[in-house]
Amino acid sequence: MTRENYLNKLKNQTRFIQGDEAAAYGALYAGCNFFAGYPITPASEVAELMARELPKSGGYYIQMEDEIASMGALIGAAWSGGKSMTATSGPGFSLMQENIGYSCMTETPCVIVNVQRSGPSTGQATMGAQGDMLQARWGTHGDHEMIALSPSSVQESFDLMIEAFNLSEKYRSPVIFLLDGEVGHIREKVVFPDISELNIYPRNISKVKTDVFGGTRIPPMIEFGQGHKIHVTGSTHKSNGMRDVVSQEAHDTLIRRLNDKIESNRNEISKFELQFTDVLDYLVVSYGASARPSMGAVLNLREKGYKVGFLRLITIWPFPNSIVKELGKKVKKIFVPEMNLGQMSREIERFVSCDVHSISKIGGVPHTISEIINEIESRVNKI
Amino acid sequence: MNIRFTGFGGQGIILSGVIYGWAAILDNKNAIQTQSYGSSARGGACKCDVIIQDSYIYELVPSGNDILVAFSQPAFEKYKKSLLKTGILFFDSDLVNINSFEAVSHSIPATDFAFKEFGQKLFANIIMLGFFNAKTGLINPEAVEKSIKQYVPAKYADTNINAFRLGAGLI
Repeated sequence: MTRENYLNKLKNQTRFIQGDEAAAYGALYAGCNFFAGYPITPASEVAELMARELPKSGGYYIQMEDEIASMGALIGAAWSGGKSMTATSGPGFSLMQENIGYSCMTETPCVIVNVQRSGPSTGQATMGAQGDMLQARWGTHGDHEMIALSPSSVQESFDLMIEAFNLSEKYRSPVIFLLDGEVGHIREKVVFPDISELNIYPRNISKVKTDVFGGTRIPPMIEFGQGHKIHVTGSTHKSNGMRDVVSQEAHDTLIRRLNDKIESNRNEISKFELQFTDVLDYLVVSYGASARPSMGAVLNLREKGYKVGFLRLITIWPFPNSIVKELGKKVKKIFVPEMNLGQMSREIERFVSCDVHSISKIGGVPHTISEIINEIESRVNKI
Repeated sequence: MNIRFTGFGGQGIILSGVIYGWAAILDNKNAIQTQSYGSSARGGACKCDVIIQDSYIYELVPSGNDILVAFSQPAFEKYKKSLLKTGILFFDSDLVNINSFEAVSHSIPATDFAFKEFGQKLFANIIMLGFFNAKTGLINPEAVEKSIKQYVPAKYADTNINAFRLGAGLI
């Protein structure tokens, strides 16, 4: 069956599925035709669904011997014309880091799903967390920019995965899809769209011989097997791909361009949801599973008369610093509920001068609405 | 409305919750479902939580359950404290002894009914679903039957519908 036939069968269907499964279906809609991975709780459902469905839509599934090999397979598949994805959790994400850097350096589009669980190390395998927010940003070594997205519902897991693939193609960059164990495992309603109504960003492929590692800010790719000789390397290289590992200028030119292609498009990549920003005293910032009880708390506090707004980060990296800077000037205090010990709270502090208060919770259980309300009420004055 | 289905792994506890959550959506409500994972889903105290609301669901972890359905003694002992003071307990009277536990409760010998009426214990969860839905009137039974048909193997669809109706008739 072709991909079109497969997706036409799904069109307009409503399903009751898990966030992991929705991410996998989102990938199928986005045109993913290659999955390589190694199963791990709580991400195994992504692999399970891809193993079952990907061949039906004309794609290839391969279970690899480990996570770093999976990343290697993704990069090879992408250079062979594939749209590739893997899924893992914290321990596997750690193992992938070297090849994630290789995909940054070689500007290879691919999507890495990290369904976060409590770490470090093996941690709480079956319990959700948001502990890899900064690892997504800085997990691999060297100067690099990163794109990372985080959905808060099962429907968004589907929708945002399409965006993840599009960004990956547009910026020729790995994209980290930061699910958490909670959103990954809850079942919710998802409506599958009509593929013809979606924007799927096509890969920019050059049919003629051209520089694929420079010349423009985001150069086109070529496809292995189409007759062009090309050198793909993780070592510092010139715009034609050939190594130059001793020239200061070559390294400076390459790395600044790789950073610039994402940094200069920060506002375009940054997606967020803003609620209640009329007259504000306080702001709650959250993302992923934590954003659900956070929004519940904000609604409750507003009913009680607090002037509190809500910012939900959808793009985690590049960090949406403009909106945070702007809102930071309006409010007295920012509260950041997250399932870690304040990873994004620290990032927010870099852009505002008001007080930032982390409402952290770890141990694999999401915040309750009342926990967030109590924490905020104990630190603010009712107007 | 927070509902927790509990019992031994293999009694169809998780399937009950998935069927009921999807039924709620078919009945134009919002629902989310979570479940025990891995080895605990196969052990003595498996659970499946369903939250049903008319509005969008922000609370991912219920602070207490409005309804607890118990299919095994270990599951009952483990989760009885999660039942709210105003909550209602449903249990299989042959498998669970609630002793001095104080709660509004309703019980039927669902497993016994399943074996005697349909020759297999595995229909007990659907009998209980019918009983519990009829008692509470939470979801349009047509929506539950539609959901059952989508989740059980086609050749057992009719038997499951009969089991659901048998349960509903026990109120």
